[in-house]
Amino acid sequence: MAVETRENPSAGRKLKLSFSDQRFRAVVYQAIVLALVLAGIGYLASNTIHNLETRGIASGFDFFSSTAGFDIMMSLVPYDPVDSYGRAFLVGLLNTMLVSVLSIILCTILGFFVGILRLSDNWLINKIARAYVEIIRNVPLLLQILFWYFVILNLLPRVRQSIDLGAGFFINNRGTYVPTPIAEPGFSLIPIAGLVAVVIAIVIARWARKRQDATGEQFPVFLTSVGLIVGLPLLASAVTGFPLTFDYPELKGFNFAGGTRMPPEFLALLIALTTYHAGFLAEIVRAGIISVSKGQKEAAKALGLRPNMMMRLVVLPQALRLIIPPQTSIYLNVTKNSSLAVAIGYPDLVSVFTGTTLNQTGQAVEVIFITMLVYLTVSLSISLFMNWYNARTQLVER
Amino acid sequence: MAETTAHHIPKPDREPPGSYVGVRGWIMQNLLSSPLNVFMTLLGIVFLWYSVPPLLNWLIFNATISGDTRDNCIGTGGACWVFVKIRFNQFMYGFYPSEEQWRINLTFAVLFIGMLPLMFWDSKLFRGFRYKRELAVFLLFIFPFLAGFMFYGGVFGMPVVETSQWGGLFLTLIIAITGIVASLPLGVLLALGRRSNMPVIKMLCIGFIELVRAVPLITVLFMASVMIPLFLPEGVNFNKLVRALIAVALFSAAYSAETIRGGLQSIPKGQYEAAASMGLSYWKMMGLVVMPQALKAVIPGIVSGFIGLFKDTTLVLIIGLFDVLNIVRAASQDPKWFGLAVEGYAFTAILFFVFCFGMSQYSIFLEKKLHTGH
Repeated sequence: MAVETRENPSAGRKLKLSFSDQRFRAVVYQAIVLALVLAGIGYLASNTIHNLETRGIASGFDFFSSTAGFDIMMSLVPYDPVDSYGRAFLVGLLNTMLVSVLSIILCTILGFFVGILRLSDNWLINKIARAYVEIIRNVPLLLQILFWYFVILNLLPRVRQSIDLGAGFFINNRGTYVPTPIAEPGFSLIPIAGLVAVVIAIVIARWARKRQDATGEQFPVFLTSVGLIVGLPLLASAVTGFPLTFDYPELKGFNFAGGTRMPPEFLALLIALTTYHAGFLAEIVRAGIISVSKGQKEAAKALGLRPNMMMRLVVLPQALRLIIPPQTSIYLNVTKNSSLAVAIGYPDLVSVFTGTTLNQTGQAVEVIFITMLVYLTVSLSISLFMNWYNARTQLVER
Repeated sequence: MAETTAHHIPKPDREPPGSYVGVRGWIMQNLLSSPLNVFMTLLGIVFLWYSVPPLLNWLIFNATISGDTRDNCIGTGGACWVFVKIRFNQFMYGFYPSEEQWRINLTFAVLFIGMLPLMFWDSKLFRGFRYKRELAVFLLFIFPFLAGFMFYGGVFGMPVVETSQWGGLFLTLIIAITGIVASLPLGVLLALGRRSNMPVIKMLCIGFIELVRAVPLITVLFMASVMIPLFLPEGVNFNKLVRALIAVALFSAAYSAETIRGGLQSIPKGQYEAAASMGLSYWKMMGLVVMPQALKAVIPGIVSGFIGLFKDTTLVLIIGLFDVLNIVRAASQDPKWFGLAVEGYAFTAILFFVFCFGMSQYSIFLEKKLHTGH
């Protein structure tokens, strides 16, 4: 560490007001740097204020309550052009969250899958996985997003020839149609039942672990938990008379009626973000698993563990320790890269707020400040959560 | 029994069984070693059967390259490379006047030749070349300005070519190289600042690095394109390209700072102490002892950062610069070539793949070369 090694020869002595004293020099340098930075910021700020005045741009956050006046093609909360900019901001934020969360979940699944294929003994499978990883990682994400967007718009069938995925799911070049769930009275009991089931499952898992530690007897925790978490809500809905109905999309005339439409922009962004980051995650997973030494696997086998238990109890806990830190930065990247949506017009935060709102109000300073604040908050929350998780899985050294 | 063993002559070794050697052995071990493996191989073959032939047919066998209009491609079922062929010059140089394009070619040729002795310093051809240090200093600090004069013109009777005419792969390379060249020295300073024992400098560096790394490049580009005009006094303005360059340089500096900090942390404390006990000042200690070791340790990380930066240059599309991706996109919206975007994107993808894959292979080569561990 530079801090300790640049031992201060005058440490412990009185501060001399001369340049031969390192501490004095440090104070002077820092004062100069601080003064320069503050002067720079002050200069830029005064220019900005002057420019804003001459251009007649208002400042402050009043614009949040004024009418937005533009439409947004996809919103999770009811939105209308007469709503305020604040409402538009919320719509954009929710759209960013939706696509990020879904991409994170899907890319974790795909990434682990490809990463394990990359380790396959089978030469052919191994090479196919490698080709996927290399192609995906060496082509810009923006290009992949534009590519998928073009493919979805042009190669998917028209509305009349929609692909029927069954269970009320349809896909065509205007988007993906999914049934809309409609809650009827008594519905609130179902999520409550689910929550209760999760709590009971956790309690059972704790009890089972304690009992196994004490007596060595095992209890089928996994099966009971699945049974509880699926069974209790089902029971609840049966008791209340199945209060959940679906509004199925139906082809009426030239378009679908009913259901919820996911626009093609959403689908393109989701596919591109998922496949792109899965390529990176696959390499991380692979590196993590090969880092577990062969002796560990052999020892596990010698203890008589079955392959799935060996993976779950011996290999993965050690591999995860290496996988998690870079995995965090992948998740952060997914969130940040979802802002590329602006290129194909998916109404995410950047597109709605930093794009349209900024253009209409001209309040660049406030808009950019809020955008940065949002991304900063999201980044810090994800990294805090992952650091907490990381600390739990780290090797505890004596 | 004893006399028979005394005169035992071993039989010659038998050949290993066919399932362990040769082509058959390789296939048995790598493709068919277990029922699961046989199934996976079959799955792989089915996948390749349905993906590779159609892809090759589209890319090569059914593709059209002769002719000069869209009509040449109708009904072939393959790619229409005519589009890429006709627009090739634009994809490479943007709207740079064709009689001035020699300036770009010459500059990049000089850069490429100049980089060879530095990239392959250890090969037979360049081992005798003595002036590598001078060459590196020239390429890093003097050449960029010369290149700027060459591209922009206005000196030695070369006509001025406004930056709005720059585009295509040429612009992509300019943005990427500027980002790379500017980010290294800035990154070194930021990394040193972050590890400094002066609290004010440390906090400023941490603040800058973490802020920039937490936000997407797009917001930084947006900020550069809308805020820089506000920041400057009235009447002074940079053009769009310069604003994008500033944004890219600051953005990539924050990322290289973190990579370099990793290298600094890997240097054992003894190195600092040894340097301090020799009486070296801070800058000499860093410049002569610590940085050479730290930078060497993180070269692979820096190269992979460059690959990321190279791919990220495509984002300038969003603020309306015509890099190679944007020019391809704009060209495919031309009614004359409507519906041929996939050909354009495939061409761009191949282009980026060649550059990025090349860089990553070079980084692997470097890693092996520099692995002089004890």
